[in-house]
Amino acid sequence: MTADLMALVLLLAIAAYTCAGGTDYGAGFWDLTAGGTERGKRPRWLIDHAMAPVWEVNNVWLIFVFVIMWTGFPPLFQAVFSAMWLPLALAAVGLVLRGAGFAFRKVVRRVAGRRLYGAVFAVASLVTPFFLGAAVGGVASGRVRLGTEASADAWSNPTSIVFGLLAVAATAFLGAVFLAADARRFDAPDLIGYFRRRGLVSLTVLVVLVVITLFVTGEDAPHVWHGLTHGAGLAFGIAAGAASFAAAWLLTRRPGGWARVSAVGAIACAVVAWGLAQRPYLLPTSMTVAEGAGASTTLTWLAFVTLVALVIVVPAVVLLYWLDTRGDLEELTEADLRRGGDPGGGGEAGTT
Amino acid sequence: MHFSVPLLASAPDQLLPARELMAFTLASHIILVPLGVALPLITLVMHHRGLRRKDATALLLARRWSAVMAVQFAVGVVTGTVLSFEFGLLWPGLMGRWGDVFGIGFGVEAWAFFLEAVLIAIYLYGWRRLKPRTHFLLGLPLPAAALLGAFGILAANSWMNTPQGFSLDPAGNPTDVNIWKAIFTPMFGPQYWHFVVAMLLTAGYMVAGVYAVGWLRGRRDRYHRLGFTVPFTAAAVATPVQFVLGDAIARSVFHKQPVKFAAMEIVWKTDTRVPEYLFGRLHSDGSISGGIKVPLLDSVLAGFSPNTKVVGLTSVPPGQRPTAVQATIAHWAFDIMVLIGSALVLLALWYGLVWLRHRRLPESTWFYRFAACAGLGSVVAVECGWIATEVGRQPWIVHQNMRVSEAVTATRSSTLWIMLGLVIVVYLFLFGSLLAVLLKLRTRWRLADAERASGPSADPPESAGPYGPRATVRAGDGGAATPSQGDQP
Repeated sequence: MTADLMALVLLLAIAAYTCAGGTDYGAGFWDLTAGGTERGKRPRWLIDHAMAPVWEVNNVWLIFVFVIMWTGFPPLFQAVFSAMWLPLALAAVGLVLRGAGFAFRKVVRRVAGRRLYGAVFAVASLVTPFFLGAAVGGVASGRVRLGTEASADAWSNPTSIVFGLLAVAATAFLGAVFLAADARRFDAPDLIGYFRRRGLVSLTVLVVLVVITLFVTGEDAPHVWHGLTHGAGLAFGIAAGAASFAAAWLLTRRPGGWARVSAVGAIACAVVAWGLAQRPYLLPTSMTVAEGAGASTTLTWLAFVTLVALVIVVPAVVLLYWLDTRGDLEELTEADLRRGGDPGGGGEAGTT
Repeated sequence: MHFSVPLLASAPDQLLPARELMAFTLASHIILVPLGVALPLITLVMHHRGLRRKDATALLLARRWSAVMAVQFAVGVVTGTVLSFEFGLLWPGLMGRWGDVFGIGFGVEAWAFFLEAVLIAIYLYGWRRLKPRTHFLLGLPLPAAALLGAFGILAANSWMNTPQGFSLDPAGNPTDVNIWKAIFTPMFGPQYWHFVVAMLLTAGYMVAGVYAVGWLRGRRDRYHRLGFTVPFTAAAVATPVQFVLGDAIARSVFHKQPVKFAAMEIVWKTDTRVPEYLFGRLHSDGSISGGIKVPLLDSVLAGFSPNTKVVGLTSVPPGQRPTAVQATIAHWAFDIMVLIGSALVLLALWYGLVWLRHRRLPESTWFYRFAACAGLGSVVAVECGWIATEVGRQPWIVHQNMRVSEAVTATRSSTLWIMLGLVIVVYLFLFGSLLAVLLKLRTRWRLADAERASGPSADPPESAGPYGPRATVRAGDGGAATPSQGDQP
């Protein structure tokens, strides 16, 4: 019972990371494809400003996912990290490079330095979601079992590859939708169309990939394919499709909050559909939720900790996103860091 | 699963690279932890002073420290995330068997860290547009969030040292988990307070060190005095407290982890009237070469009497205790930490006495020379404390319950060595860049200060680069965008 609840929480945490982290990776994807220094100047400027206050928070969701895995379902954590060693190790390296590249390029002023850190950030934004997706694909296709040792087959198989590509396409879609709305927020009308086009293209690619995935999983991951084409998995799959078309429609009209909500809804529904398709397994078809669950007292406490987290963290995150959307969060400028320079807010107290 | 053969004979090939990788990434992350935990507090103190006394210099310092915090926190986030990957990549056996016993601490840490990330984002980006009071108040919970995060991590680590809160079924798997007992283990309290105070004083000395160097180079204006005084005072107050706490934790180790204590003090045979060795090297036959021997002192320190019985390494079979080399490493790390701690107490006393007698900062150049090194010294002490804790626990990953060699991944050692190489390259890039960026900020601010002192400043070169601050880009991109929010008061 508690195990099922925590499995659901785990799935929702993965969905949250896919959406929050995905938006972030997507921004990196469009950074990578923005072209040379001159041509890519405006989109990159937007990406920097849209991402800066929230990227760290977006990536903390991943830590939640890990903690729920190792505390609530220790054998699952052990099996996944043993079998998926290489893709997860590379994803970790990618995360480091991405975060560092982004943080440093904001501070560095010389163009050459910015190019270097920017390139590191952008390439890592492409590679990391691919490997994370590939790891999920290995799980979905039943290649991960307790005791499976790391091997290339666990992650370089058809399902892993399409899942990796799906992850990249999904991040690109989310990133474009969010950036199109940010372009409106930051008064950059030229960029609204720019990211609108990219959002629609990436959605098209995503749809094509979903069709391919259905063909591939039919052969390669029969359990998940069956779950996706029947019952609750199918329902969420259809919801994901409907939400993505709503997002596309809103994107062509007025990219803003509702387009974002639909895009997030689409991707979240898709993740939930995958999770429900795996029922009753954590690892199809070798480990059920009940088999993988940790001690029941721990699960109860984990549920309690999650509840506290919801009560404390959700208002904080909402406050952050709200302040960010209102434009209340802005980086300190050079002038603020000089003597006599006072940022707008600190003015009253600062002048003497 | 309890092997009684010596560790090295049963150690799989991948143990060494896995251990090196964990040690390298953790040692690197530890450098950033003091700033992550305590820099927000120090900055808030400065911020408060600025608001309260309408002190523009204090506010400038607080803003500049926030700019540093932004970069340092970002690097800390990614190096910290790597560690959570490594639990699975390197020690799947640990998490697979014990995750549900001690993992809950990480659950607390995860949401505390989440809260910290949110608050720090609001604090760092709130300077310009939030009301000063709102901005400060939103930053105020930051130290509490940091304390909570440390709570989770230290709960997990102290559980590995003194595991409890479970019983074993016939197959050797934990059952009957008692979360409360698993969090509040015997070593938790001593480790937690020792850690928290260490973070505060290390961050304080690191920040103050920057301005001590400035003082030595002749920059002795109010900006530098203030930048030195606030963090140094915090650290100087914490130092004697830490001395007492450090003494207390050493005695806790003596009572709760006698074998680790024996390694830290290189005690071979259980005995009374045990001498204390400063440094020295333990050999596998129990003899000790080098070092300074102080008769009776170890017994006296452990139990306030020469007749205190100190447990020796030979009280347990060779396979269940650190090797002679490991004991020597733990011993040296412990001694270095204690020496640095004692030196810092003297420095803090110097500062305190001058303040009590003259109500001013010390004027001796030597004081500032020591103060400039105190930051580096305390980082070394933190690293040494960590080494003493972890190496002294060997060969156990969960004391008396699981060996490090049982927890290690089955991944081939060659893969792990390659990954170690890759990670070293990436981290050199990472920390090299961090250092370069911080030095660049320093130079930039110093130039800006010098320009202001000499006259009106021109726009700095390349300020209209592709990623410049919003206002600058607006001006630079030909007015394609109409400023709206940017111009509101």
